[in-house]
Amino acid sequence: MADTVVSAQDLSLTFETNDGPVHALSQVNLDVHQGDFVSFIGPSGCGKTTFLRVIADLEKPTGGSISVNGMSPEQARQARAYGYVFQAASLLPWRTIEKNIAVPLEIMGYDRADQQERISRVLELVDLTSFEKKYPWQLSGGMQQRASIARALAFDADLLLMDEPFGALDEIVRDHLNEQLLKLWDTTNKTICFVTHSIPEAVYLSTKIVVMSPRPGRVTDVIDSTLPRERPLDIRETPEFLAIAARVRDGLRAGHSYEE
Amino acid sequence: MTAGSKIIPVMTIVALIVAIWYACVVWMNAPFEYDQAERAKTEPPAFSELVSRTMAQERPVLPAPHQVFQEIYKTTVLKKITSKRSLVYHSWITLSATLLGFLIGAALGIALAVGIVHNLAMDKSVMPWVITSQTIPILAIAPMIIVVLNAVGISGLLPKALISTYLSFFPVVVGMVKGLRSPDRAQLDLMHTYSASKSQTFWKLRWPSSMPYLFTSLKIAVAISLVGAIVGEMPTGAVAGLGARLLAGSYYGQTIQIWSALFMAAALAAILVMIVGLAHSHVLRRMGEKPQGAVT
Repeated sequence: MADTVVSAQDLSLTFETNDGPVHALSQVNLDVHQGDFVSFIGPSGCGKTTFLRVIADLEKPTGGSISVNGMSPEQARQARAYGYVFQAASLLPWRTIEKNIAVPLEIMGYDRADQQERISRVLELVDLTSFEKKYPWQLSGGMQQRASIARALAFDADLLLMDEPFGALDEIVRDHLNEQLLKLWDTTNKTICFVTHSIPEAVYLSTKIVVMSPRPGRVTDVIDSTLPRERPLDIRETPEFLAIAARVRDGLRAGHSYEE
Repeated sequence: MTAGSKIIPVMTIVALIVAIWYACVVWMNAPFEYDQAERAKTEPPAFSELVSRTMAQERPVLPAPHQVFQEIYKTTVLKKITSKRSLVYHSWITLSATLLGFLIGAALGIALAVGIVHNLAMDKSVMPWVITSQTIPILAIAPMIIVVLNAVGISGLLPKALISTYLSFFPVVVGMVKGLRSPDRAQLDLMHTYSASKSQTFWKLRWPSSMPYLFTSLKIAVAISLVGAIVGEMPTGAVAGLGARLLAGSYYGQTIQIWSALFMAAALAAILVMIVGLAHSHVLRRMGEKPQGAVT
């Protein structure tokens, strides 16, 4: 299909460790389409982060094939096809917020005026406009994470890879950032791959939920959300929302994710 | 703690050290006075007389603090700095070798660390040699460096500076290897996702990350540079420099001269370390460091 952003066929990745091989990903088949918001959910060791890292060319698969924008992950990385947001904001402490956002722009060779224009645009997107001259330590955890999202949006990548970006934040901040992220996704029309531990977060954000299970890391269910694009926070109390959440839970149970 | 609240404890310790020192002066120099009295076949001096004599000997076993400071005053303020008897002149000789050696050592240390971090072959091969170099006593290698360089026509400042270099590059290599490797996995991954080149990763991430490690190493390096320069002055026949003053002092039993050179060396080291410390805090402030005690 023309609008397929990520396409994985029989994707496998086995790490060789001293305790024998670890099957981080086993026979994963998945298509992510342009404009999708895809959440990957599952317990630790189910390979959701590994899958994201394979897309980002941070890990090499050992079997099967994967394409990103019709290219290999390495070509896609060199073409700067995606922005990556880690669980830790990973801002450079010696740079102000605007200078942190400038890091990828400097590396990619944007000129000064263009950098400045992009920085103010993305700061507005994440609602940090008056904080550009502040150092990271002067910002709260949630604001730091928003700055790191702004950094990933500053160059023209259509794909945003987010690895538990709100995992270290408290629930109130998290609710607020989820809402903001949805708005941002709506206005920028990006494709987002989002790794999470939280069932409500996955259901609230996604158009597609990929349920994964560990040992070996595999996909047990792919759920297309029936929720509308417009999602106020209280949509989480509707029967439709709860039904999707129940199906996610079933998927996790079927993959023995609740067993020790 | 503010500077003001430190003064009393610090001064107490200083006063204690001075008191112990004076007690030791009497105790260590008294046998000479008894000896003198015995030779002159006179009565041994009374205690108060003994005390004042032990503090005014020309070549005491242990000079009194005021003798040392009188000597320093005499050889700094009262002598022209071009005079061979001026301690300022000798200090400058040593200081110039120290600074040159320190600069070469720091540059060499940084260059080796960059190589070790970026090149697997260097990582495996260089570090053992760096460590081995420091297991050889500097006293053994210093004369050889002087002699060998003299044979190829290099003399004067550079051989002494190279002995300083030999000592000072080591903490810089060790500190900078650690510093350049201090960025965490996520920061390096981030650079990888931007397809940053090695030099971009170096200048934007590794180098700024290593600054606290660099300055900590430089503080150690500048202090041992001074030691290196002093050691380097000994096998050159004690012509000039603090090392020469120490050696000449011990040849002729001039203990006051030895102690004044020692104090000068200590003061020099303290000033050098302080300058590096000031540079450190200046750089960290420029880098937007979180002030001590700041609350977000």
